[in-house]
Amino acid sequence: MSEKPKFAMYWSGSCGGCEIAVLNIGEKILEVDARFEVAFWPVAVDAKVKDVEALPDGDILLTLWNGSIRNEENEHMAHLLRRKSKLLVAFGSCATEGCIPGLANLAPLGEIFETVYHTISTDNPQGIHPQPVTQVPEGEITIPALKDRVYTLSQVVDVDYYMPGCPPESHQIAAVLDLVFQVLEGKAQLPPKGSVIGAGGSTVCDECPRARNVKTIKAFRRIQEVAPADPALCLLEQGIPCNGPATRSGCDARCPRAGAQCIGCYGPAEGVIDYGARLMTAFASVIDATEPEEIERILDGIPDPAGQFYRFNLADSLFKAGAPAFKHNGH
Amino acid sequence: MSETFEPVIIGFTCNWCSYRAADLAGTARMKYAPNVRLIRLMCSGRLDPTFVMKALASGADGVLITGCHPGECHYIEQNYKALRRYLLLRRVLKGMGIEPERVKLVWASAAEGMKLAQEINTFVEEIRALGPLGWNRKLAGNGHKVEEPALEVAA
Ligand code: SF4
Ligand code: SF4
Ligand code: SF4
Repeated sequence: MSEKPKFAMYWSGSCGGCEIAVLNIGEKILEVDARFEVAFWPVAVDAKVKDVEALPDGDILLTLWNGSIRNEENEHMAHLLRRKSKLLVAFGSCATEGCIPGLANLAPLGEIFETVYHTISTDNPQGIHPQPVTQVPEGEITIPALKDRVYTLSQVVDVDYYMPGCPPESHQIAAVLDLVFQVLEGKAQLPPKGSVIGAGGSTVCDECPRARNVKTIKAFRRIQEVAPADPALCLLEQGIPCNGPATRSGCDARCPRAGAQCIGCYGPAEGVIDYGARLMTAFASVIDATEPEEIERILDGIPDPAGQFYRFNLADSLFKAGAPAFKHNGH
Repeated sequence: MSETFEPVIIGFTCNWCSYRAADLAGTARMKYAPNVRLIRLMCSGRLDPTFVMKALASGADGVLITGCHPGECHYIEQNYKALRRYLLLRRVLKGMGIEPERVKLVWASAAEGMKLAQEINTFVEEIRALGPLGWNRKLAGNGHKVEEPALEVAA
């Protein structure tokens, strides 16, 4: 190969964990460096946005994008990197479905600012409240304005592949990179555009080694209230709200294996239109009650239903946000 | 806006009871509000919360779910499943800041055409009082275009 193909990775509304997960693949990261020219990766190399702007369109072979679209700069960069990249991968839960940042869609923007800048946990004696445009003696300075709500990457630009997980498991990242290397060598083909990569096609339950019987739940309890939880029995069967039935496989049931319930970070299983709705169906099926009062009492054991059912998927759900998020735009 | 507001309501009815009740109401010329578009399911137990959310997210103001009375389900106890899903769904809607009253479950046997007609009328007025939900327009903010209700729901 005369010239190495280019690789980029970018982060937007995210926590940084996805970047760590990439570095966690160990020495395979050296192979990325050997096979690719890293054109842009703010966390790892010193390239500037203007360097990206100077590239011909489609010049970057592979861009891993991690993060939700929270502000106008995120959106601008998404358009830029989309234009410059042949393959744009929504990498991790934030990019594919909004993830934890997407939970901000349960509140109006004003409340988010209020909480972040003016509540008791914030030391802000001057009451600073950032504005997109600020006049200072030297002139005008700007910071990116927040968008009305958190968007997923594919809600703002065309995405080629989706890689779920918060963060994606390192062995899955390594497997995807191996596939890319094979494609570069002409030994493999890319999956069809729009595919979910680095994950399985079934549910976390399918990879879970815990024993399952007919589930009859009389009470939901938090895991710390079940002492000790049976290490070999399905957690949901023990009344612990485990999101495995609606969640895509790929992590090898990491959490249930470690003694904790799945909270759904691999997003909706194959064919699921709305993650929360699928999970509601699953939970409603295992509740052993027919009287409304008793059903309500059992449901009291899920104190935060929106959080339980949409912790990772709210921005990508059918509703995309809670009603308060729309307050400011006249609705 | 409220004087011109005609609620759009999607009704998911069970084939064995409430769909026939609606039919009965029709053949007996009982009047019920035209705001409800009925979609027949084989059983209320087929009611996937996805259908309800899709209806609401696509522009419906309310969703009516009807099934056979407890103990009378054609498929033995699927209506209890519907009841549990419904109660859970309402809690999730509340958590998302959406009035849970926009979704209502009503039991109606095949003989209860009159009851169903009354329930429909009551529900239409309840939704009228709540006002429009307009989720499709909410989502259309920020330069996105309004997706008009296109409810292809597989029964
Ligand atoms: S997907 Fe998870 S690990 Fe990755 S950036 Fe988002 S919050 Fe962090
Ligand atoms: S519900 Fe949870 S614990 Fe039970 S089988 Fe599924 S993943 Fe495993
Ligand atoms: S078990 Fe669930 S929460 Fe845990 S890593 Fe897997 S998908 Fe994520």
